[in-house]
Amino acid sequence: MTDLNTLTLSDARDKLRRKDVTSVELTEACLKAAEGAGALNAFVHHTPDIALAQAKAADARIAKGDAPAMCGLPLGIKDLFCTKDVPSQAASGILEGFKPQYESTVTQNLFDAGAVMLGKLNMDEFAMGSSNETSVYGNAVSPWRRGDEETALTPGGSSGGSASAVAADLCLAATGTDTGGSIRQPAAFTGIVGIKPTYGRCSRWGIVAFASSLDQAGPMTKSVRDAAIMLEAMCGHDPKDSTSADLAVPNFEAMLTGDIKGKKIGIPREYHMDGMPDEIEALWAEGRAMLKAAGAEIVDISLPHTKYALPTYYVIAPAEASSNLARYDGVRFGHRATLAAGDGITEMYEKTRAEGFGDEVKRRVMVGTYVLSAGFYDAYYNRARKVRALIKKDFDDAFTAGIDAILTPATPSAAFGLGEMNDEDPVKMYLNDVFTVTVNLAGLPGISVPTGVDHQGLPLGLQLIGRPWEEGDLLNTAYALEAAAGFVAKPGKWW
Amino acid sequence: MSIDKDTAARVAKLARIKVEEDALPALAQEFNTILGFIEQLNEVDVEGVEPMTSVTPMRLKRREDVVTDGDQQEAILANAPDAREGFFAVPKVVE
Repeated sequence: MTDLNTLTLSDARDKLRRKDVTSVELTEACLKAAEGAGALNAFVHHTPDIALAQAKAADARIAKGDAPAMCGLPLGIKDLFCTKDVPSQAASGILEGFKPQYESTVTQNLFDAGAVMLGKLNMDEFAMGSSNETSVYGNAVSPWRRGDEETALTPGGSSGGSASAVAADLCLAATGTDTGGSIRQPAAFTGIVGIKPTYGRCSRWGIVAFASSLDQAGPMTKSVRDAAIMLEAMCGHDPKDSTSADLAVPNFEAMLTGDIKGKKIGIPREYHMDGMPDEIEALWAEGRAMLKAAGAEIVDISLPHTKYALPTYYVIAPAEASSNLARYDGVRFGHRATLAAGDGITEMYEKTRAEGFGDEVKRRVMVGTYVLSAGFYDAYYNRARKVRALIKKDFDDAFTAGIDAILTPATPSAAFGLGEMNDEDPVKMYLNDVFTVTVNLAGLPGISVPTGVDHQGLPLGLQLIGRPWEEGDLLNTAYALEAAAGFVAKPGKWW
Repeated sequence: MSIDKDTAARVAKLARIKVEEDALPALAQEFNTILGFIEQLNEVDVEGVEPMTSVTPMRLKRREDVVTDGDQQEAILANAPDAREGFFAVPKVVE
Protein backbone atom coordinates (compact mmCIF):
# COMPACT_ATOMS: atom_id res chain seq x y z
CA MET A 1 0.00 0.00 0.00
CA THR A 2 1.17 3.52 -0.84
CA ASP A 3 2.24 5.68 2.06
CA LEU A 4 -0.88 7.66 2.88
CA ASN A 5 0.94 10.98 3.06
CA THR A 6 1.93 10.70 -0.60
CA LEU A 7 -1.67 10.67 -1.82
CA THR A 8 -3.21 13.48 -3.81
CA LEU A 9 -6.27 15.22 -2.37
CA SER A 10 -8.51 13.59 -4.96
CA ASP A 11 -7.21 10.06 -4.31
CA ALA A 12 -7.41 10.51 -0.55
CA ARG A 13 -10.93 11.93 -0.85
CA ASP A 14 -12.06 8.97 -2.92
CA LYS A 15 -10.49 6.48 -0.50
CA LEU A 16 -12.13 8.24 2.46
CA ARG A 17 -15.52 8.11 0.82
CA ARG A 18 -15.06 4.44 -0.03
CA LYS A 19 -14.06 3.86 3.62
CA ASP A 20 -10.73 2.37 2.49
CA VAL A 21 -8.98 4.68 4.89
CA THR A 22 -9.88 7.00 7.76
CA SER A 23 -8.95 10.64 8.19
CA VAL A 24 -7.20 9.72 11.44
CA GLU A 25 -4.95 7.30 9.52
CA LEU A 26 -4.20 9.90 6.84
CA THR A 27 -3.55 12.55 9.47
CA GLU A 28 -1.27 10.31 11.53
CA ALA A 29 0.75 9.45 8.41
CA CYS A 30 1.23 13.15 7.65
CA LEU A 31 2.04 14.07 11.25
CA LYS A 32 4.69 11.36 11.30
CA ALA A 33 6.16 12.54 7.99
CA ALA A 34 6.19 16.15 9.21
CA GLU A 35 7.78 15.19 12.51
CA GLY A 36 10.59 13.40 10.72
CA ALA A 37 11.29 16.27 8.36
CA GLY A 38 12.90 18.77 10.71
CA ALA A 39 15.75 19.19 8.24
CA LEU A 40 13.37 20.83 5.76
CA ASN A 41 12.17 23.36 8.37
CA ALA A 42 8.85 23.52 6.53
CA PHE A 43 6.50 23.17 9.51
CA VAL A 44 7.28 25.80 12.12
CA HIS A 45 4.33 25.20 14.46
CA HIS A 46 2.94 21.66 14.71
CA THR A 47 -0.69 21.31 15.78
CA PRO A 48 -1.18 17.54 16.21
CA ASP A 49 -3.94 17.89 18.82
CA ILE A 50 -6.04 20.10 16.57
CA ALA A 51 -5.31 17.84 13.60
CA LEU A 52 -6.43 14.66 15.35
CA ALA A 53 -9.55 16.30 16.77
CA GLN A 54 -10.47 17.58 13.30
CA ALA A 55 -9.69 14.17 11.77
CA LYS A 56 -11.97 12.40 14.25
CA ALA A 57 -14.73 14.90 13.54
CA ALA A 58 -14.22 14.38 9.80
CA ASP A 59 -14.44 10.60 10.19
CA ALA A 60 -17.70 11.05 12.10
CA ARG A 61 -19.08 13.25 9.31
CA ILE A 62 -18.08 10.74 6.64
CA ALA A 63 -19.66 7.90 8.63
CA LYS A 64 -22.91 9.86 8.59
CA GLY A 65 -22.68 10.30 4.84
CA ASP A 66 -21.84 14.01 5.10
CA ALA A 67 -18.53 14.40 3.29
CA PRO A 68 -17.93 17.94 1.99
CA ALA A 69 -15.16 18.67 -0.51
CA MET A 70 -12.16 18.70 1.82
CA CYS A 71 -13.53 16.34 4.47
CA GLY A 72 -10.74 14.63 6.37
CA LEU A 73 -7.91 15.92 4.17
CA PRO A 74 -4.76 17.00 6.09
CA LEU A 75 -3.27 20.33 5.06
CA GLY A 76 -0.43 22.64 6.00
CA ILE A 77 -1.29 26.30 6.53
CA LYS A 78 1.07 29.13 5.66
CA ASP A 79 2.03 31.14 8.74
CA LEU A 80 0.49 34.26 7.12
CA PHE A 81 -3.03 32.99 7.86
CA CYS A 82 -4.41 33.88 11.26
CA THR A 83 -5.54 30.68 12.94
CA LYS A 84 -7.42 30.93 16.23
CA ASP A 85 -5.28 30.29 19.31
CA VAL A 86 -2.42 28.99 17.15
CA PRO A 87 0.77 31.04 16.66
CA SER A 88 0.49 33.16 13.49
CA GLN A 89 3.63 35.20 13.07
CA ALA A 90 4.01 35.83 9.35
CA ALA A 91 7.52 34.48 10.04
CA SER A 92 8.35 37.74 11.79
CA GLY A 93 9.94 38.46 15.14
CA ILE A 94 7.57 41.35 15.60
CA LEU A 95 4.64 38.93 15.93
CA GLU A 96 6.46 36.70 18.41
CA GLY A 97 3.90 35.06 20.66
CA PHE A 98 0.89 36.38 18.75
CA LYS A 99 -2.11 34.06 18.96
CA PRO A 100 -5.07 35.37 16.98
CA GLN A 101 -8.42 35.44 18.72
CA TYR A 102 -10.12 34.77 15.39
CA GLU A 103 -9.87 32.56 12.30
CA SER A 104 -9.09 33.80 8.78
CA THR A 105 -11.96 33.39 6.33
CA VAL A 106 -9.96 31.11 4.03
CA THR A 107 -8.96 28.69 6.79
CA GLN A 108 -12.50 28.82 8.20
CA ASN A 109 -13.85 27.95 4.73
CA LEU A 110 -11.43 25.01 4.57
CA PHE A 111 -12.39 23.82 8.05
CA ASP A 112 -16.09 24.17 7.21
CA ALA A 113 -15.36 21.93 4.21
CA GLY A 114 -13.90 19.36 6.61
CA ALA A 115 -10.16 20.00 6.20
CA VAL A 116 -7.60 19.06 8.85
CA MET A 117 -4.78 21.45 9.88
CA LEU A 118 -1.44 19.78 10.59
CA GLY A 119 0.38 22.98 11.52
CA LYS A 120 1.78 26.27 10.30
CA LEU A 121 4.29 26.54 7.47
CA ASN A 122 7.47 28.53 7.03
CA MET A 123 7.60 31.53 4.68
CA ASP A 124 9.53 34.71 4.01
CA GLU A 125 8.92 37.37 6.66
CA PHE A 126 5.61 39.11 5.86
CA ALA A 127 5.76 37.27 2.50
CA MET A 128 8.62 39.53 1.38
CA GLY A 129 11.12 37.37 -0.42
CA SER A 130 11.61 34.82 -3.17
CA SER A 131 13.75 32.23 -1.38
CA ASN A 132 12.35 31.79 2.14
CA GLU A 133 15.61 33.23 3.50
CA THR A 134 14.04 36.19 5.33
CA SER A 135 12.11 34.07 7.85
CA VAL A 136 12.59 34.51 11.58
CA TYR A 137 12.35 30.70 11.79
CA GLY A 138 15.37 30.24 9.52
CA ASN A 139 15.42 28.98 5.93
CA ALA A 140 12.94 26.45 4.64
CA VAL A 141 14.81 23.86 2.59
CA SER A 142 13.72 22.22 -0.63
CA PRO A 143 13.47 18.42 -0.65
CA TRP A 144 15.08 18.59 -4.11
CA ARG A 145 18.83 18.37 -4.68
CA ARG A 146 21.06 18.88 -7.71
CA GLY A 147 21.96 15.33 -8.67
CA ASP A 148 24.16 13.89 -5.93
CA GLU A 149 25.16 17.27 -4.49
CA GLU A 150 24.28 18.02 -0.90
CA THR A 151 23.90 21.78 -1.38
CA ALA A 152 20.72 22.94 0.35
CA LEU A 153 18.42 24.52 -2.23
CA THR A 154 15.71 27.10 -1.80
CA PRO A 155 12.11 25.92 -2.13
CA GLY A 156 11.38 29.43 -3.43
CA GLY A 157 9.36 32.06 -1.66
CA SER A 158 7.52 33.48 -0.11
CA SER A 159 5.40 30.30 0.32
CA GLY A 160 8.58 28.21 0.68
CA GLY A 161 7.43 26.08 3.60
CA SER A 162 4.21 25.27 1.75
CA ALA A 163 6.13 24.23 -1.37
CA SER A 164 8.65 22.15 0.55
CA ALA A 165 5.96 20.41 2.62
CA VAL A 166 3.81 19.48 -0.39
CA ALA A 167 6.78 18.36 -2.52
CA ALA A 168 8.12 16.24 0.36
CA ASP A 169 4.68 14.70 1.07
CA LEU A 170 4.47 16.09 4.60
CA CYS A 171 0.86 17.04 3.86
CA LEU A 172 -1.55 16.41 1.02
CA ALA A 173 -1.69 20.09 0.07
CA ALA A 174 -1.07 23.52 1.57
CA THR A 175 -2.33 27.07 1.49
CA GLY A 176 -0.14 29.76 0.00
CA THR A 177 -0.43 33.45 -0.72
CA ASP A 178 0.82 35.33 -3.74
CA THR A 179 1.63 39.04 -3.95
CA GLY A 180 4.18 38.95 -6.79
CA GLY A 181 4.65 35.25 -7.46
CA SER A 182 4.80 33.75 -3.98
CA ILE A 183 2.64 30.75 -4.87
CA ARG A 184 3.73 30.18 -8.46
CA GLN A 185 7.52 30.56 -8.13
CA PRO A 186 7.90 28.12 -5.19
CA ALA A 187 5.50 25.70 -6.89
CA ALA A 188 7.70 25.78 -10.00
CA PHE A 189 10.89 25.34 -7.94
CA THR A 190 9.53 22.22 -6.22
CA GLY A 191 7.60 20.46 -8.99
CA ILE A 192 4.08 21.08 -7.68
CA VAL A 193 1.00 23.00 -8.86
CA GLY A 194 0.13 26.44 -7.50
CA ILE A 195 -2.67 28.78 -8.52
CA LYS A 196 -3.24 32.42 -7.65
CA PRO A 197 -6.88 33.18 -8.39
CA THR A 198 -8.33 36.44 -9.69
CA TYR A 199 -7.96 39.31 -7.21
CA GLY A 200 -11.10 39.21 -5.08
CA ARG A 201 -11.80 35.46 -5.38
CA CYS A 202 -10.40 34.60 -1.96
CA SER A 203 -11.17 36.73 1.04
CA ARG A 204 -8.12 38.45 2.47
CA TRP A 205 -9.74 38.74 5.90
CA GLY A 206 -7.46 37.33 8.57
CA ILE A 207 -4.47 37.01 6.26
CA VAL A 208 -1.62 39.21 7.49
CA ALA A 209 -1.52 42.02 4.92
CA PHE A 210 1.56 42.77 2.81
CA ALA A 211 0.31 44.72 -0.24
CA SER A 212 -3.46 44.78 -0.13
CA SER A 213 -4.11 45.51 -3.81
CA LEU A 214 -1.95 42.53 -4.86
CA ASP A 215 -2.33 39.86 -2.14
CA GLN A 216 -4.35 36.74 -2.95
CA ALA A 217 -4.49 33.32 -1.30
CA GLY A 218 -4.45 30.09 -3.28
CA PRO A 219 -3.77 26.36 -3.02
CA MET A 220 -0.44 24.56 -3.54
CA THR A 221 -1.08 20.97 -4.52
CA LYS A 222 0.26 17.80 -6.13
CA SER A 223 -2.03 17.99 -9.17
CA VAL A 224 -4.23 20.36 -11.15
CA ARG A 225 -7.32 18.42 -10.05
CA ASP A 226 -6.32 19.00 -6.43
CA ALA A 227 -5.87 22.71 -7.13
CA ALA A 228 -9.42 22.82 -8.52
CA ILE A 229 -10.88 21.02 -5.50
CA MET A 230 -9.04 23.10 -2.92
CA LEU A 231 -9.46 26.47 -4.63
CA GLU A 232 -13.20 25.98 -4.75
CA ALA A 233 -13.23 25.31 -1.01
CA MET A 234 -11.08 28.36 -0.24
CA CYS A 235 -12.86 31.05 -2.21
CA GLY A 236 -16.21 32.74 -2.05
CA HIS A 237 -17.71 36.09 -1.15
CA ASP A 238 -16.94 37.45 2.30
CA PRO A 239 -18.60 40.61 3.63
CA LYS A 240 -15.58 41.07 5.94
CA ASP A 241 -13.32 41.85 2.93
CA SER A 242 -14.70 44.77 0.95
CA THR A 243 -12.67 43.73 -2.12
CA SER A 244 -14.03 40.18 -2.05
CA ALA A 245 -16.08 39.54 -5.17
CA ASP A 246 -19.75 38.79 -4.79
CA LEU A 247 -19.74 36.16 -7.52
CA ALA A 248 -20.85 32.55 -7.50
CA VAL A 249 -17.99 30.04 -7.27
CA PRO A 250 -18.22 27.47 -10.07
CA ASN A 251 -17.53 23.77 -9.61
CA PHE A 252 -13.95 23.97 -10.85
CA GLU A 253 -13.32 20.23 -10.76
CA ALA A 254 -16.30 19.57 -13.03
CA MET A 255 -14.71 21.88 -15.60
CA LEU A 256 -11.65 19.63 -15.98
CA THR A 257 -12.41 17.93 -19.26
CA GLY A 258 -8.95 18.19 -20.79
CA ASP A 259 -10.58 19.42 -24.00
CA ILE A 260 -8.86 22.60 -25.16
CA LYS A 261 -9.59 22.29 -28.89
CA GLY A 262 -9.83 25.69 -30.52
CA LYS A 263 -8.57 27.57 -27.45
CA LYS A 264 -6.31 30.47 -28.35
CA ILE A 265 -3.08 30.44 -26.35
CA GLY A 266 -1.06 33.66 -26.45
CA ILE A 267 2.75 33.63 -26.40
CA PRO A 268 3.99 37.05 -25.30
CA ARG A 269 7.16 37.98 -27.16
CA GLU A 270 8.36 40.25 -24.33
CA TYR A 271 8.79 37.21 -22.07
CA HIS A 272 11.84 36.10 -24.08
CA MET A 273 14.27 37.73 -21.66
CA ASP A 274 17.89 38.46 -22.44
CA GLY A 275 20.14 35.89 -20.87
CA MET A 276 17.34 33.43 -20.21
CA PRO A 277 18.80 29.90 -19.99
CA ASP A 278 18.29 27.72 -23.08
CA GLU A 279 16.58 25.16 -20.89
CA ILE A 280 13.82 27.61 -20.05
CA GLU A 281 13.36 28.55 -23.71
CA ALA A 282 13.21 24.85 -24.59
CA LEU A 283 10.70 24.13 -21.82
CA TRP A 284 8.50 26.95 -23.08
CA ALA A 285 8.72 25.68 -26.67
CA GLU A 286 7.74 22.19 -25.51
CA GLY A 287 4.77 23.65 -23.68
CA ARG A 288 3.62 25.41 -26.83
CA ALA A 289 3.96 22.17 -28.79
CA MET A 290 1.97 20.22 -26.16
CA LEU A 291 -0.93 22.66 -26.18
CA LYS A 292 -0.90 22.75 -29.97
CA ALA A 293 -0.96 18.96 -30.15
CA ALA A 294 -3.96 19.06 -27.79
CA GLY A 295 -5.81 21.16 -30.33
CA ALA A 296 -5.15 24.70 -29.14
CA GLU A 297 -4.20 27.49 -31.49
CA ILE A 298 -0.89 29.16 -30.63
CA VAL A 299 -0.84 32.91 -31.24
CA ASP A 300 2.09 35.31 -30.87
CA ILE A 301 1.06 38.32 -28.83
CA SER A 302 2.64 41.46 -27.44
CA LEU A 303 2.40 42.76 -23.87
CA PRO A 304 4.48 45.88 -24.46
CA HIS A 305 4.75 47.16 -20.87
CA THR A 306 6.12 43.88 -19.45
CA LYS A 307 9.58 45.26 -18.70
CA TYR A 308 8.08 47.91 -16.43
CA ALA A 309 6.20 45.42 -14.27
CA LEU A 310 8.98 44.79 -11.73
CA PRO A 311 9.83 48.47 -11.16
CA THR A 312 6.10 49.22 -10.86
CA TYR A 313 5.75 46.42 -8.34
CA TYR A 314 8.70 47.70 -6.33
CA VAL A 315 6.95 51.03 -5.89
CA ILE A 316 3.41 49.81 -5.22
CA ALA A 317 4.14 46.81 -3.01
CA PRO A 318 6.52 48.66 -0.63
CA ALA A 319 4.16 51.65 -0.51
CA GLU A 320 1.27 49.45 0.56
CA ALA A 321 3.53 47.49 2.92
CA SER A 322 4.73 50.69 4.56
CA SER A 323 1.12 51.55 5.29
CA ASN A 324 0.01 48.04 6.31
CA LEU A 325 2.98 47.41 8.58
CA ALA A 326 2.46 50.66 10.47
CA ARG A 327 0.25 48.65 12.82
CA TYR A 328 3.26 46.84 14.31
CA ASP A 329 3.96 49.41 16.98
CA GLY A 330 4.46 47.32 20.11
CA VAL A 331 1.11 48.35 21.56
CA ARG A 332 -1.58 45.88 20.57
CA PHE A 333 0.20 42.62 19.79
CA GLY A 334 3.55 40.94 19.42
CA HIS A 335 6.96 42.21 20.39
CA ARG A 336 7.73 45.37 22.38
CA ALA A 337 11.32 46.45 22.92
CA THR A 338 12.68 46.84 26.41
CA LEU A 339 12.92 50.57 26.98
CA ALA A 340 15.62 52.61 28.64
CA ALA A 341 14.89 55.08 31.40
CA GLY A 342 13.38 58.21 29.93
CA ASP A 343 12.32 56.58 26.64
CA GLY A 344 9.00 57.90 25.38
CA ILE A 345 6.51 56.50 22.93
CA THR A 346 8.53 57.42 19.82
CA GLU A 347 11.54 55.49 21.14
CA MET A 348 9.21 52.59 21.87
CA TYR A 349 8.01 52.53 18.26
CA GLU A 350 11.47 52.94 16.79
CA LYS A 351 13.19 50.34 18.95
CA THR A 352 10.34 47.86 18.70
CA ARG A 353 10.28 48.04 14.91
CA ALA A 354 14.07 47.95 14.61
CA GLU A 355 14.22 44.79 16.74
CA GLY A 356 11.12 43.08 15.41
CA PHE A 357 11.51 43.50 11.64
CA GLY A 358 14.18 41.76 9.59
CA ASP A 359 16.39 43.58 7.10
CA GLU A 360 14.33 42.97 3.95
CA VAL A 361 11.12 44.08 5.66
CA LYS A 362 12.79 47.23 6.99
CA ARG A 363 14.19 47.95 3.53
CA ARG A 364 10.79 47.66 1.88
CA VAL A 365 8.94 49.61 4.55
CA MET A 366 11.45 52.44 4.20
CA VAL A 367 11.36 52.40 0.39
CA GLY A 368 7.58 52.54 0.65
CA THR A 369 7.76 55.40 3.11
CA TYR A 370 10.06 57.27 0.74
CA VAL A 371 7.91 56.86 -2.39
CA LEU A 372 4.86 58.03 -0.45
CA SER A 373 6.58 60.99 1.20
CA ALA A 374 5.80 64.60 0.37
CA GLY A 375 7.44 65.66 -2.88
CA PHE A 376 7.86 62.10 -4.22
CA TYR A 377 4.31 60.81 -4.19
CA ASP A 378 3.59 61.95 -7.75
CA ALA A 379 6.98 61.10 -9.18
CA TYR A 380 6.99 57.54 -7.85
CA TYR A 381 3.70 56.32 -6.48
CA ASN A 382 1.28 57.97 -8.88
CA ARG A 383 3.50 57.25 -11.86
CA ALA A 384 3.66 53.57 -10.85
CA ARG A 385 -0.12 53.42 -10.59
CA LYS A 386 -0.39 54.84 -14.10
CA VAL A 387 2.07 52.30 -15.49
CA ARG A 388 0.11 49.61 -13.65
CA ALA A 389 -3.00 50.71 -15.56
CA LEU A 390 -1.03 50.31 -18.83
CA ILE A 391 0.18 46.83 -17.82
CA LYS A 392 -3.38 45.77 -17.15
CA LYS A 393 -4.48 47.27 -20.48
CA ASP A 394 -1.90 45.10 -22.29
CA PHE A 395 -3.70 42.03 -20.94
CA ASP A 396 -7.16 43.46 -21.58
CA ASP A 397 -6.19 44.05 -25.21
CA ALA A 398 -4.94 40.48 -25.61
CA PHE A 399 -8.12 39.01 -24.13
CA THR A 400 -10.31 41.33 -26.23
CA ALA A 401 -8.48 40.03 -29.29
CA GLY A 402 -9.73 36.54 -28.40
CA ILE A 403 -6.86 35.06 -26.40
CA ASP A 404 -8.12 32.51 -23.85
CA ALA A 405 -4.91 31.98 -21.90
CA ILE A 406 -1.29 33.08 -22.01
CA LEU A 407 1.63 30.63 -21.69
CA THR A 408 4.93 31.78 -20.17
CA PRO A 409 7.77 30.30 -18.16
CA ALA A 410 7.05 30.39 -14.42
CA THR A 411 10.58 31.36 -13.37
CA PRO A 412 13.75 32.48 -15.17
CA SER A 413 15.76 29.56 -13.71
CA ALA A 414 15.54 26.42 -11.61
CA ALA A 415 15.91 26.69 -7.82
CA PHE A 416 19.18 28.15 -6.60
CA GLY A 417 21.19 27.26 -3.50
CA LEU A 418 20.36 28.85 -0.17
CA GLY A 419 22.81 31.67 0.41
CA GLU A 420 23.90 31.84 -3.23
CA MET A 421 22.21 35.21 -3.72
CA ASN A 422 23.48 36.76 -0.47
CA ASP A 423 26.16 38.84 -2.12
CA GLU A 424 23.91 40.13 -4.86
CA ASP A 425 22.07 43.42 -4.56
CA PRO A 426 18.36 43.14 -3.63
CA VAL A 427 17.26 43.85 -7.20
CA LYS A 428 18.86 40.58 -8.40
CA MET A 429 16.56 38.63 -6.09
CA TYR A 430 13.56 40.63 -7.29
CA LEU A 431 14.15 39.34 -10.85
CA ASN A 432 12.87 35.93 -9.77
CA ASP A 433 9.36 37.29 -10.08
CA VAL A 434 9.78 38.74 -13.55
CA PHE A 435 7.20 36.42 -15.16
CA THR A 436 4.72 36.29 -12.30
CA VAL A 437 4.48 39.86 -11.04
CA THR A 438 2.58 41.18 -14.08
CA VAL A 439 -0.30 38.86 -13.15
CA ASN A 440 -0.69 40.40 -9.67
CA LEU A 441 -0.51 43.92 -11.06
CA ALA A 442 -3.34 43.07 -13.47
CA GLY A 443 -5.31 41.08 -10.86
CA LEU A 444 -5.50 38.02 -13.12
CA PRO A 445 -5.54 34.31 -12.29
CA GLY A 446 -2.24 32.50 -12.89
CA ILE A 447 -1.21 28.88 -12.41
CA SER A 448 2.18 27.20 -12.36
CA VAL A 449 2.36 23.62 -13.66
CA PRO A 450 5.49 21.43 -13.46
CA THR A 451 6.41 20.30 -16.97
CA GLY A 452 10.05 19.29 -16.95
CA VAL A 453 13.42 19.04 -15.22
CA ASP A 454 16.68 20.84 -15.90
CA HIS A 455 20.09 19.25 -16.56
CA GLN A 456 20.61 18.86 -12.80
CA GLY A 457 17.32 17.05 -12.34
CA LEU A 458 15.55 20.05 -10.78
CA PRO A 459 11.91 20.75 -11.60
CA LEU A 460 10.86 23.54 -13.95
CA GLY A 461 7.38 24.94 -14.42
CA LEU A 462 5.31 26.83 -16.94
CA GLN A 463 2.76 29.48 -16.09
CA LEU A 464 -0.66 29.89 -17.65
CA ILE A 465 -2.45 33.21 -17.20
CA GLY A 466 -6.22 33.34 -17.59
CA ARG A 467 -9.03 35.82 -18.06
CA PRO A 468 -10.41 37.41 -14.90
CA TRP A 469 -12.88 35.14 -13.04
CA GLU A 470 -12.27 32.28 -15.47
CA GLU A 471 -10.22 30.07 -13.17
CA GLY A 472 -12.27 27.07 -14.32
CA ASP A 473 -11.20 27.48 -17.94
CA LEU A 474 -7.62 28.21 -16.83
CA LEU A 475 -7.53 25.07 -14.67
CA ASN A 476 -8.80 23.05 -17.62
CA THR A 477 -6.00 24.34 -19.86
CA ALA A 478 -3.53 23.57 -17.06
CA TYR A 479 -5.06 20.10 -16.80
CA ALA A 480 -4.40 19.48 -20.49
CA LEU A 481 -0.83 20.76 -20.13
CA GLU A 482 -0.27 18.56 -17.06
CA ALA A 483 -1.55 15.50 -18.91
CA ALA A 484 0.67 16.19 -21.92
CA ALA A 485 3.78 16.90 -19.82
CA GLY A 486 3.34 13.82 -17.65
CA PHE A 487 5.65 15.21 -14.96
CA VAL A 488 6.26 12.46 -12.39
CA ALA A 489 9.68 13.28 -10.92
CA LYS A 490 9.90 13.22 -7.12
CA PRO A 491 12.77 14.22 -4.86
CA GLY A 492 14.68 11.31 -3.34
CA LYS A 493 14.28 11.20 0.43
CA TRP A 494 17.46 12.39 2.24
CA TRP A 495 15.94 14.22 5.21
CA MET B 1 18.13 61.38 -7.79
CA SER B 2 20.59 60.22 -5.21
CA ILE B 3 19.82 59.53 -1.59
CA ASP B 4 22.35 60.70 0.96
CA LYS B 5 22.84 59.78 4.57
CA ASP B 6 20.58 62.56 5.84
CA THR B 7 17.71 61.51 3.59
CA ALA B 8 18.12 57.90 4.72
CA ALA B 9 17.94 59.09 8.33
CA ARG B 10 14.83 61.11 7.59
CA VAL B 11 13.09 58.15 5.92
CA ALA B 12 13.99 55.87 8.84
CA LYS B 13 12.51 58.45 11.20
CA LEU B 14 9.31 58.71 9.13
CA ALA B 15 9.03 54.90 9.14
CA ARG B 16 9.66 54.84 12.92
CA ILE B 17 12.51 52.37 12.56
CA LYS B 18 15.65 53.04 14.57
CA VAL B 19 18.75 52.87 12.37
CA GLU B 20 22.16 53.32 13.98
CA GLU B 21 24.26 56.19 12.64
CA ASP B 22 26.95 53.87 11.27
CA ALA B 23 24.39 51.84 9.31
CA LEU B 24 23.06 54.85 7.39
CA PRO B 25 25.58 54.99 4.51
CA ALA B 26 24.91 51.34 3.56
CA LEU B 27 21.17 51.94 3.81
CA ALA B 28 21.42 54.99 1.56
CA GLN B 29 23.35 52.88 -0.94
CA GLU B 30 20.61 50.22 -0.94
CA PHE B 31 17.94 52.85 -1.48
CA ASN B 32 19.89 54.18 -4.42
CA THR B 33 20.13 50.74 -6.00
CA ILE B 34 16.40 50.15 -5.64
CA LEU B 35 15.40 53.65 -6.71
CA GLY B 36 17.79 53.39 -9.66
CA PHE B 37 15.85 50.32 -10.74
CA ILE B 38 12.56 52.17 -10.32
CA GLU B 39 13.80 55.12 -12.40
CA GLN B 40 13.00 53.08 -15.54
CA LEU B 41 9.40 54.10 -15.07
CA ASN B 42 10.34 57.58 -16.28
CA GLU B 43 10.68 56.16 -19.81
CA VAL B 44 6.98 55.35 -19.99
CA ASP B 45 4.60 57.79 -21.61
CA VAL B 46 1.81 58.10 -19.05
CA GLU B 47 0.25 61.22 -20.52
CA GLY B 48 -3.53 61.06 -20.01
CA VAL B 49 -3.43 57.74 -18.11
CA GLU B 50 -5.51 57.56 -14.94
CA PRO B 51 -3.68 56.00 -11.98
CA MET B 52 -5.16 52.60 -11.18
CA THR B 53 -7.27 52.50 -8.05
CA SER B 54 -8.66 48.97 -8.37
CA VAL B 55 -7.75 46.02 -10.61
CA THR B 56 -11.35 45.04 -11.06
CA PRO B 57 -14.03 47.62 -11.57
CA MET B 58 -15.89 47.48 -8.30
CA ARG B 59 -17.95 49.74 -6.12
CA LEU B 60 -17.56 49.27 -2.45
CA LYS B 61 -20.69 47.75 -1.00
CA ARG B 62 -22.80 49.75 1.37
CA ARG B 63 -24.57 48.49 4.42
CA GLU B 64 -26.75 49.85 7.15
CA ASP B 65 -24.77 51.87 9.66
CA VAL B 66 -25.43 49.60 12.61
CA VAL B 67 -23.29 47.88 15.22
CA THR B 68 -22.30 44.44 13.91
CA ASP B 69 -19.59 43.53 16.38
CA GLY B 70 -18.12 44.59 19.68
CA ASP B 71 -17.92 43.90 23.41
CA GLN B 72 -14.70 41.93 23.04
CA GLN B 73 -12.39 43.79 25.37
CA GLU B 74 -10.74 40.66 26.66
CA ALA B 75 -10.04 39.21 23.20
CA ILE B 76 -8.71 42.52 21.94
CA LEU B 77 -6.30 42.91 24.85
CA ALA B 78 -5.27 39.24 24.91
CA ASN B 79 -2.14 39.81 22.80
CA ALA B 80 -1.06 43.17 24.19
CA PRO B 81 2.53 43.35 25.48
CA ASP B 82 1.23 45.52 28.33
CA ALA B 83 -2.46 45.75 29.21
CA ARG B 84 -3.72 47.17 32.47
CA GLU B 85 -7.22 47.63 33.84
CA GLY B 86 -8.81 47.03 30.47
CA PHE B 87 -6.53 49.37 28.54
CA PHE B 88 -3.41 49.17 26.36
CA ALA B 89 -0.54 50.62 28.37
CA VAL B 90 2.19 52.73 26.73
CA PRO B 91 5.00 54.98 27.99
CA LYS B 92 3.98 58.44 29.08
CA VAL B 93 2.86 60.47 26.04
CA VAL B 94 2.17 63.89 27.56
CA GLU B 95 3.95 65.61 30.39
